[in-house]
Amino acid sequence: MGPFVLVRLGHGVVVVLGVAVLVALMIHLAPGDPVIVMMGDAPVQGEQLQIIRRSLGLDRPLIVQITTRAARMLRGDLGRSLRSNRPVAQDIARVVPLTMVLATTAMVFGIVMGVPTGVVAATQRGRWLDSQLSAFAVLGFSMPTFWTGLLLISIFSVRLGWFPTSGQEGFKTLILPALALGWYAAGALARLVRSGMLEVLQQEYVTVARAKGLRETLVVLRHAFRNALIPAVTLATVQFGSLLSGAVVVETVFGRDGLGRLIVIGILEKDFPVVQGAVLVTAVIYTVTNLLTDLLYLRLDPRLRYA
Amino acid sequence: MMRTRAGAAVVGAQMAVAATPTSRPLLRRFRRVLGLWGRVTFGFLVLVVVLAAFPRIVVRHDPIEVVPEQILAPPGAGFLFGTDQYGRDIFSRVVYGARASLGFALIATGISVALSTVAGTVSAYYGGRLETLLMRTVDILMAFPGILLALIVVALLGPGLATAMIAVGFGQAPAFTRIVRSATLVVKNQQYIEAARAMGAPDMWIMRAHVLPNVRYTVIVLMTLGFGASILIGASLSFLGLGAQPPTPEWGSMLGDARGYVRTHWWVPTLPGLVLAATLLCINTVGDQIRDILDPRLKLQ
Repeated sequence: MGPFVLVRLGHGVVVVLGVAVLVALMIHLAPGDPVIVMMGDAPVQGEQLQIIRRSLGLDRPLIVQITTRAARMLRGDLGRSLRSNRPVAQDIARVVPLTMVLATTAMVFGIVMGVPTGVVAATQRGRWLDSQLSAFAVLGFSMPTFWTGLLLISIFSVRLGWFPTSGQEGFKTLILPALALGWYAAGALARLVRSGMLEVLQQEYVTVARAKGLRETLVVLRHAFRNALIPAVTLATVQFGSLLSGAVVVETVFGRDGLGRLIVIGILEKDFPVVQGAVLVTAVIYTVTNLLTDLLYLRLDPRLRYA
Repeated sequence: MMRTRAGAAVVGAQMAVAATPTSRPLLRRFRRVLGLWGRVTFGFLVLVVVLAAFPRIVVRHDPIEVVPEQILAPPGAGFLFGTDQYGRDIFSRVVYGARASLGFALIATGISVALSTVAGTVSAYYGGRLETLLMRTVDILMAFPGILLALIVVALLGPGLATAMIAVGFGQAPAFTRIVRSATLVVKNQQYIEAARAMGAPDMWIMRAHVLPNVRYTVIVLMTLGFGASILIGASLSFLGLGAQPPTPEWGSMLGDARGYVRTHWWVPTLPGLVLAATLLCINTVGDQIRDILDPRLKLQ
């Protein structure tokens, strides 16, 4: 078990370092003078430009700039917003819990809707119920989340009045955005669980379990499901990434604060430090989740521990 | 392809043909697999493509001109999908929006497939330091999930339809590169490559004559997957105000503008979204079928 964990940890560290360097490099990748990029719309010219250039360290050699900036970011100093002049790290720290709660709730919805759908569809292979459930799954990831969001608002907030249309206080405001996000994840999960189950149900140990007279429910749940779960876990993490990025859209639809909303507003307002900070934090969260899943694998699939 | 060349070329080409999964004509296989549902979705897609190419067949109203007298008219005989807050016919805008979305997806997919095919085949074929460098870069780029990489490109280049295309194309490239690379790795170890190399064929020629034809199914599958994803991400960017700019009719930006009318005028957000969702559904369904026929190994991804 030792070497695998170490290799995986090493990989994670390399990726995080690379991400920091890339984000630090961002202002140099944008067309135009980095000082002007960093100043957004502020009207600065001539001598002021030189002063700002010096104060931001943009006159030093590129490699020095990038390493110092990347190191500073990894220590948690993300600079100040050009608009509000607040430290970016402070704004991000405020919204990270909001996005995490949204993505996690969506994940739970996705699993609750997607996994049983996939299992039932697999056991009903080729029958009417299978085609219905599979259609539901394809529909799930074909509907753009922003439209699903608008539909949910028009049905559950406007017509039925069950949930507020926007906001972020309390659990009630969380339901609709999480549903809009989770439905997408549910579709992908259902499909994967279905095809995983179909494969596992053909294995010999399933035939043995049936042959010894075990009830079909137990065969499906105890013998097949456990093994079909492994690929689903990988997809669940990939999905967590898409939930984090899907939050960008959903937070806009439902007017919630969050990492995604911060990025979009940052781009629209040309607030470069905010975009850099939020992008960095999202990538780090995603990398850490990926790392954790790989470690979770070791628990789920004992075969890997000896590989 | 230059199969007439002596020696390596002939041997290699014959083996390449033998390695192709099946020799039955593609179109016929495609038709055989297509069920009723498949035919319906395929038909809808054909309709969308035809309307996008020739919008004037069905469009009677200008999609951009503001008409104050007919603001927010409900769907009916005059306006199939009703009108929006500027009195523009929503149906006309949806039809012209198809043009924007399909064109957008075509270019974005072209960018991502071109980038990933070159990076994927070259890194797998040459291996060594080049491969390490390229694949570590891909690892780092893939730490930005989903739409995030595209958002970074938009942040760098500024909002707009053209930059959004580049953004979406670039955003998809890392994941595609990984897939093309693994397909190339399989081909690379085949004997016909070894034979070609033993006979002194140049690397560039081997890649063009043997590697590329053998990863073409993977690339076609990526194209169909990428096409649907590009429409979705492009519409998302426009919805956020980072892609198509007003008054250009585009599905995502139409829905973005429609947000304020959910409460009062249901048709403004519902009908354009319905067309977008139906198009995506059909592309995904047809794409699935193409994938099942061409490259069943990609099924679990």
